[in-house]
Amino acid sequence: MSIPMLRLAKWGLISKRCFSNTTTCESGKTVNLFSAINQALDIALDTDPRSYIFGEDVSFGGVFRCTSGLADRYGKHRVFNTPLCEQGIVGFGIGLAAMICITDRETAQLQKSSLQIISFPLLIRHESLWSQIVNEAAKFRYRSGNQFNCGGLTIRSPYGAVGHGGHYHSQSPESFFCHVPGLKVVIPRSPQQAKGLLLSSIRDPNPVIFFEPKWLYRLAVEEVPEHDYMLPLSEAEVIRQGNDITLVGWGAQLALMEKACDDAEKAGISCELIDLKTLIPWDKETVEASVRKTGKLLVSHEAPVTGGFGAEISASIAERCFSRLEAPVARICGLDTPFPLVFEPFYMPTKNKILDAIKATVNY
Amino acid sequence: MQYREPGVLLWRGFTLQEFANQCFGNKADYGKGRQMPIHYGSNKLNYFTVSSTIATQLPHAVGAAYSLKMDKRDACTVTYFGDGGTSEGDFHAALNFAAVMEAPVIFLCRNNGWAISTPISEQFRSDGVVVKGQAYGIRSIRVDGNDTLAVYNAVRAAREMAINEHRPILIEALTYRVGHHSTSDDSTKYRSVDEIEHWRMTRDPVDRFRKWVVNSGLWSNEDESELRSDVRKKILHAIQVAEKLEKPPLADLFTDVYDRLPENLCEQERLVRDTIKKHPQDYPSDVPV
Ligand SMILES: Cc1ncc(C[n+]2csc(CCOP(=O)(O)OP(=O)(O)O)c2C)c(N)n1
Repeated sequence: MSIPMLRLAKWGLISKRCFSNTTTCESGKTVNLFSAINQALDIALDTDPRSYIFGEDVSFGGVFRCTSGLADRYGKHRVFNTPLCEQGIVGFGIGLAAMICITDRETAQLQKSSLQIISFPLLIRHESLWSQIVNEAAKFRYRSGNQFNCGGLTIRSPYGAVGHGGHYHSQSPESFFCHVPGLKVVIPRSPQQAKGLLLSSIRDPNPVIFFEPKWLYRLAVEEVPEHDYMLPLSEAEVIRQGNDITLVGWGAQLALMEKACDDAEKAGISCELIDLKTLIPWDKETVEASVRKTGKLLVSHEAPVTGGFGAEISASIAERCFSRLEAPVARICGLDTPFPLVFEPFYMPTKNKILDAIKATVNY
Repeated sequence: MQYREPGVLLWRGFTLQEFANQCFGNKADYGKGRQMPIHYGSNKLNYFTVSSTIATQLPHAVGAAYSLKMDKRDACTVTYFGDGGTSEGDFHAALNFAAVMEAPVIFLCRNNGWAISTPISEQFRSDGVVVKGQAYGIRSIRVDGNDTLAVYNAVRAAREMAINEHRPILIEALTYRVGHHSTSDDSTKYRSVDEIEHWRMTRDPVDRFRKWVVNSGLWSNEDESELRSDVRKKILHAIQVAEKLEKPPLADLFTDVYDRLPENLCEQERLVRDTIKKHPQDYPSDVPV
């Protein structure tokens, strides 16, 4: 799935930057997820004068501290608070992003279409912004016959469990957006991944929804290169090699899956773990190749199991690898209930649920 | 209901124990431990359960008010929100619907100057909220929100107009949020301590009301300290009781998604129970299974 990479490489501006899978170009400091995101946003603002960051409470640094210092550095006209209105934030962002089509025509700087607009509602949790995202952002290019697009738009939003968030502060709505052609959906698993994937999302010529695992903002810490680098979209990564079963996940869930793999290993089961990273358009080839090797598949996500993105993966792999599958595809996911507070531990797709499913699938 | 209005519930008779039960999500919580603390609700007291999302409840208040009108009840609805909430589309939809449907609803905006870190100058450039009500053809009142008696009189008048004339009324109460937005907020990161202290010291609505009741001979410093220590004791007691009560039973995780359990949830409940048997150490011991 190297299409987005090629597309990005077209832009002289970007091909000079380090574009890597491994991100080991040079060493960096050990930072947490929100600092890595802050670095990416800083670079985005620094490298493109036409990039903006706006949303609720961003100017003092944001509720999750991702935008600290940026308003001071780039000024209040580029990093600013908006009124409290998610549909307004996205609608405004679409208009701002779409103007690139006009200014580029006027200035004939066609290849430099890397305008970035980054807005972030605190959580994608206000239904009224649905219309702006689904009916406007997703279809802007298609309905105009590619005369216009709002590809510069990147919508950042926290997602997922935090241990105490209840209904509204823990949801994983990624599969809704995967069902809207025209949007890309990206979810990073770690600080290093977040920085590279966010920069790619910002510079991708399509509107991207970038979900940040809330649980990891402070918790996930790793070495992050300080320079400008991008990680390719729509390219999954095998983060652990194995032969007996393939596991697919994304975001915060991968840490649990990794632990389940460790425990399975002790029981003599060799697991291959894949980070999907981009949910749509997703890298079927990598998953397919792995399942052809292992003959078994387990998908895990926090969102409710019914209609979750695991269902799509499961169906696609059944279509492509039917004769190779040795067991039904296992889905270890959230329950079909609203996200609960006191019952959160019961709702969650825990390590042991995954481990049990690994064993059951392998011994099918 | 918005999250900042426990006072209304208290006034209607929600007990300290009921508040504490919700905050601890124990088995006596009417919300069955499903929501974060302060998301109270009471059917008995006609108080729709709080949801975290801003302004989403405003149109509900209009629908509920229309129902009261159609049933010829001697009542209106009231919905509370902040200055930030007035930027949401739901606010505008609610006002417009209320005006057109002639619904007996009171929109009570607590304009406290801040929506988390966003000051009103970054929220709107209109002359506050009162003019927005007027623009929708809604009679709108602006009142000093730090003046208890003025607020009381405004709401009283609003209620009469809403019920007798079948019309919505908007009240904008001007005040200031002296506290942090929530327990996870440090508001000195975005506003000066001087500003906060100024409002706390010179404009505090509680101090002001206290002065009035004391000067009127209705209240004394002794009454006050007695009340304070009495209430503190009651709250501590309520918290201790709430803390000790066990959590709601596991079955409550699955009920109320629909009026009855569909097959997918029955199956998931069975799977969860199997998992608990296999891995009891993964699960909190205070939730009965
Ligand atoms: C739809 C929605 N967007 C964002 C939030 C996050 N949020 C919670 S409270 C708040 C500020 C609300 O300010 P205001 O309406 O003025 O009420 P106040 O807290 O000052 O009473 C925000 C942005 C939310 N809860 N719901």
